[in-house]
Amino acid sequence: MDDQEIINEFLIESNENLSRLEQEIVDLEKHPDDALLLGSIFRTIHSIKGACGFLGFGNLESVTHLAENILSQLRTGEKQLTAELISLVLESTDAIKNELSSIEKTSQESGETYEDLRQRLSAASVKGTSDGSLAATVEITETVRLEAVEAETKAASAPAQAQLQSATTTAPPSEAIMSVPVQEALLTSPGEDADKITANKAGPIADSTIRVDVGHLDKVMNLVGELVLARNQILQYTTQQDDPMLNATAQRLNLITSQLQEDVMKARMQPIGVVWNKLPRVVRDLASSCGKQIRLEMDGAETELDKSIIEAIKDPLTHIIRNCCDHGIEAPAERTRRGKAATGTLTLRAYHEGGKVNIEIADDGGGIDVNRVKRKALDRGLMNPEQIAKLSDREAVNLVFLPGFSTAEQVTSISGRGVGMDVVKTNIEKIGGVVDMSSTTGHGTTIKIKIPLTLAIIPGLIIESGGEQFVIPQASLRELLRLENNPGSGQIEMVYGTPVYRRRGKLLPIVSLRDILKLPASGEDSEVLNIVILQSDEQLFGLIVDSIRDTQEIVVKPLGNQLKGLRPFAGATIMGDGSVALILDVVGLGQIANVVADSPLKTRHDADEREDAYEDQQTYLLFRSGAHARVAVPISIVARLEEFSRKSVQQSNGSLVVQYRDEILDLVCLSELLDGQPSVHEEQNDSLPVIVFSEANRHVGLIVDQILDIHSETLRISKEGRRAGISGHAVIDGEITEFLDLAAVLQLAGTAWAPHLAPSKQPVLLLDDNGFSRGLVRNYLELAGHPVLEAQDTNDALQKIARKLPKAIVLTGKLRSQLHAGLTRILAEQKGAESLPLILLCERKDEIPEYSEAASEIWLERFDRDGLIRSLLHLEKTTSVPTDRDAGSSKVAA
Amino acid sequence: MSERSQPLSACDSKLADINRYSTFYVDGHFFGIAVLRVQEVLRSPEITRVPLAPPVIEGLMNLRGQIVTAVDMRRRLNVPTGQLGQAPISIVVRTNDGVVSLLVDEIGDVLDAPADAFERLPESLTLEESEIIEGVYKLDGKLMLVLDLDRALEIAA
Repeated sequence: MDDQEIINEFLIESNENLSRLEQEIVDLEKHPDDALLLGSIFRTIHSIKGACGFLGFGNLESVTHLAENILSQLRTGEKQLTAELISLVLESTDAIKNELSSIEKTSQESGETYEDLRQRLSAASVKGTSDGSLAATVEITETVRLEAVEAETKAASAPAQAQLQSATTTAPPSEAIMSVPVQEALLTSPGEDADKITANKAGPIADSTIRVDVGHLDKVMNLVGELVLARNQILQYTTQQDDPMLNATAQRLNLITSQLQEDVMKARMQPIGVVWNKLPRVVRDLASSCGKQIRLEMDGAETELDKSIIEAIKDPLTHIIRNCCDHGIEAPAERTRRGKAATGTLTLRAYHEGGKVNIEIADDGGGIDVNRVKRKALDRGLMNPEQIAKLSDREAVNLVFLPGFSTAEQVTSISGRGVGMDVVKTNIEKIGGVVDMSSTTGHGTTIKIKIPLTLAIIPGLIIESGGEQFVIPQASLRELLRLENNPGSGQIEMVYGTPVYRRRGKLLPIVSLRDILKLPASGEDSEVLNIVILQSDEQLFGLIVDSIRDTQEIVVKPLGNQLKGLRPFAGATIMGDGSVALILDVVGLGQIANVVADSPLKTRHDADEREDAYEDQQTYLLFRSGAHARVAVPISIVARLEEFSRKSVQQSNGSLVVQYRDEILDLVCLSELLDGQPSVHEEQNDSLPVIVFSEANRHVGLIVDQILDIHSETLRISKEGRRAGISGHAVIDGEITEFLDLAAVLQLAGTAWAPHLAPSKQPVLLLDDNGFSRGLVRNYLELAGHPVLEAQDTNDALQKIARKLPKAIVLTGKLRSQLHAGLTRILAEQKGAESLPLILLCERKDEIPEYSEAASEIWLERFDRDGLIRSLLHLEKTTSVPTDRDAGSSKVAA
Repeated sequence: MSERSQPLSACDSKLADINRYSTFYVDGHFFGIAVLRVQEVLRSPEITRVPLAPPVIEGLMNLRGQIVTAVDMRRRLNVPTGQLGQAPISIVVRTNDGVVSLLVDEIGDVLDAPADAFERLPESLTLEESEIIEGVYKLDGKLMLVLDLDRALEIAA
């Protein structure tokens, strides 16, 4: 062993001891008379000190030495245990931790000498009783002390353990006599019996455990996964054989494999207490720094979880605890005023339920003020007033999981910087968990986290659809339903075109897996409908499948990078016959089928992939109109801004017109259109701000109340506020801004915007992966009277084309070239679509190729609206493409 | 010890492998990929289709318990697809994120190509496929197109 190896050993051991040490020190605070605990702390510090001396870490040695002095004085009864001393010892462990991490990184001490801490430590060990008011006598009964010494000499051998346990059972009398008032925080575990405490401090028994590299365990786990697959294969094969010997052996193999799988999984399991151990210290420190009294109760620390999951919940859990201490539990005075005990209680509970682990974090604090949360969401522009009005209290409470949310009126150093709860939620969702919060004002808040036990091997239901096998994770499975196709019995009915089924009096939306995945129909329709009822989040839906096979333990394998973007699949697995089957992602399926409502509480992270919100860098014109305080319209479609005096506006044929550049300009009053009444503001002002839109030779003016600003920003536009004339909303400069749907407004107004040359009803297919830029172009096209079909990828486009042949395909957006390649290939194969004209909108002029070999391709600049409209009209008039173009910005293939 | 042997082995591979190619045919075109990237070659593997995946993705195959994405090189290279009756050959290649299978028409020999026979694709060739082709080796009697594997496998679902 060279030096580095010794140091590594030292680090591993010390780090392990340290995490136990903190827990023990905090425990000691509530059981100051527990000599065994004190002994264990002393030993840990002592062995760190010893190793430091040996390895030449001088500063660390001197700090641990001083801490050891104090502990030794406590042991001999020379000194009494006080909160101050506990804090000092904890501070020393912080110093040790600090140094250890420095040694880990640089193999050297940090150079910090801890002069101040050392002085205080030595002062404390010299001083007699430090503070009378905090004084608590620590007496150690003779028997216990003897046992402790004995335990120390015998290291941690098993017989000594047994003796230790018997020793503590004799301790209770002394415990009963002495209680220590600790002002800052009282930390107790619910089961305060001596046995439990003994179990806690029974350190690892060196002889019966070995340290194994996690990577190695992972490897074993993978191999077991393979074995499970091989076992499945053999079992499938043996069912077709008559050999009794083979059958018996296969059964044995089956049993052994299952057991092996279980045991290897167990080897990776750790009690959740591993994470919880650190919490008493966190709570104690927080409580003292906020001047609160908090008792932490922990129940179910022995609940076991897969190591990878333990790692993943560590940070979210700590964050929630910090939040509870900081925001949840009130100051003692406040609590007394409300008639509660001055000491707040924070309860942690963990338990297994239905193959999942539930973790509950509950405080008995003030609860969440629903109105404040709503107000905050509004202030921060996270939601608009209408959405907020619709929220139930429970939904409103869960708003705290939105990004950019923090309810603390005062931002403290502990929490409330606006980061956190959303990260907590994303992290938990990442490992397939769910987090939910409920709160009763005045009585406290409960946060429930549900996480899977393990991620590697899951039970799944095998189903078949369109001739392919799929796996549905058992966790999202609720019921299986079989409908015989005879009238009278329960049948599928339609509500607004959506099939539903009356399931115990409640309507259940139904979708067909074959439809969602575009699978081929498998022969004749059978007389029986097989429906799998699935749960996604809180919502249920029915999935029609061709047939239902059986359930199996499956090994989840990730999909390759090329397929990661496919939402309906969570992964793949290998079946008994060696074939590959896809694992369905129930949430993804539901979203694709539109049977799972997109809850407004989804995080932004989720929204990235969904269609109800989109993002784009755009310059917007902001204006005000009647009840709509902020409305935006993309500046790219605005021709001019004008102001007309009220007098110059005339009525003609029931509509407003104005003379404008030797022409008659149609005017539309926006507030009249959207609100049904002209705004009050209008009467007071002589000049009317007008936004002029033009297309080819036609113009229309939109009367608004006030032009506010021009703003360029990358925005997330949510389609949720959609209604006539408004296409969605977003937050600009901290204010909620609505987005004008110009096409709809002009249609509402019934202006003379009718196109000069009525385009045919054959649609234009718009292919763009970005929803927003698609929406923009759609706007132009519809303004010009072209029906528009939208597609977001080539597959989508192909389906749309198959359904209805468009007159042309317009390609836009960043992925244009990629989509283009795919599209040309697809079109070449598609009958009737080989010569469909393609119009490509480029971001910049220089992207337009000098020469394009495909005759049916037209390249234009992105904002060349007139060019686009003209090209389409030309396409309709002649099948050939015009070669002379007046717009210099566009090149047309010869 | 390990420090000393490293540069040597790197040198070895430079001499022996840098110009060594595994070759294959797609629609009559002759392609090469660096031999070190090839893990194995399989004949007509069983493939599970992935609904909604891009057409370039033929499906998933089971490679001794590992799930491998199979890419149809005919579609990737924009050549006519089909030719029924001919079972494709799978070349399993290593990439930064696991192995991927390329489905090709026919497998060729492993060749040592002289470096001076290499040429980048002419600028004037502005084929869509040219971005996944690194260059050309002018060999006796035929041209070998060198596939840029990483770019060829940049397929977004």
